Amino acid sequence: MEQIPILKVGRCLLVSIQIDMHDKLAMALQDDLTQKLVETRARGVLIDISALDLVDSFIGRMLSNIAAMARVLDAQTVVVGMRPQVAITLVELGLTLPGIQTALDVDRGLALISKLMDEPEGDRGARGAH
Amino acid sequence: MHVERTSTLEVRTSEDVVRVRQEVRNRSAAVGFSLVDQTKFVTAASEIARNTIDHGGGGSARIETITIPGKRGLRLVFEDQGPGIADIELAMQDGYSTAGGLGMGMPGSKRLSNEFYVESAPGKGTKITLVRWKSV
Repeated sequence: MEQIPILKVGRCLLVSIQIDMHDKLAMALQDDLTQKLVETRARGVLIDISALDLVDSFIGRMLSNIAAMARVLDAQTVVVGMRPQVAITLVELGLTLPGIQTALDVDRGLALISKLMDEPEGDRGARGAH
Repeated sequence: MHVERTSTLEVRTSEDVVRVRQEVRNRSAAVGFSLVDQTKFVTAASEIARNTIDHGGGGSARIETITIPGKRGLRLVFEDQGPGIADIELAMQDGYSTAGGLGMGMPGSKRLSNEFYVESAPGKGTKITLVRWKSV
């Protein structure tokens, strides 16, 4: 059975999506990540989409759902590596990826997660979810 | 209009949606679309293929490389025998969904195409045609 690996690195879960996911696989990833967050008590989720040549509304919704569930479980989500043509298409499609923080690459993503984890709850709210 | 090449794929499962994406990607590249245009059209195809399953109960996708004097492009025809669309104008509005989705599929795909046609009536299935031309 196909599965997208989830690695734990420090206080963070790391996912790199390397294949063109069909919808069921995207749903499975969402469930697996939520499970792993609870099991490992990780405080951050970093999702690398640099290998994805498309983000449609279904994958966009999956990313937003992951970010929302992670927030409920006291973890921050950062999506990194979106290709420029994917970003252009997302905007024209009309998707805004609510609640998702992004960074250009894995290094900056990890730095952003560390910063978000160390911020007191109040500051986080004040800066807004977008 | 001249049809250079046609292929037809089944659209019944979420794996079929991936196959449609891959075929549209290859054919868009063969027509000579830019990377941005390829990505736009593959994304539009993905949205409509998913609608064919979620709303139409499955159907087919016809992918045609077409030419008219001075222009080359790709035409995608998605057909299903499902319940049809009662109010096409409403279905084309951003944020309108009957299947619990985001309601971006139809209007978003229209924005990502150069031409977009919907033929549907209650009980008569749905036929959606998308065309994208290679910019010259």
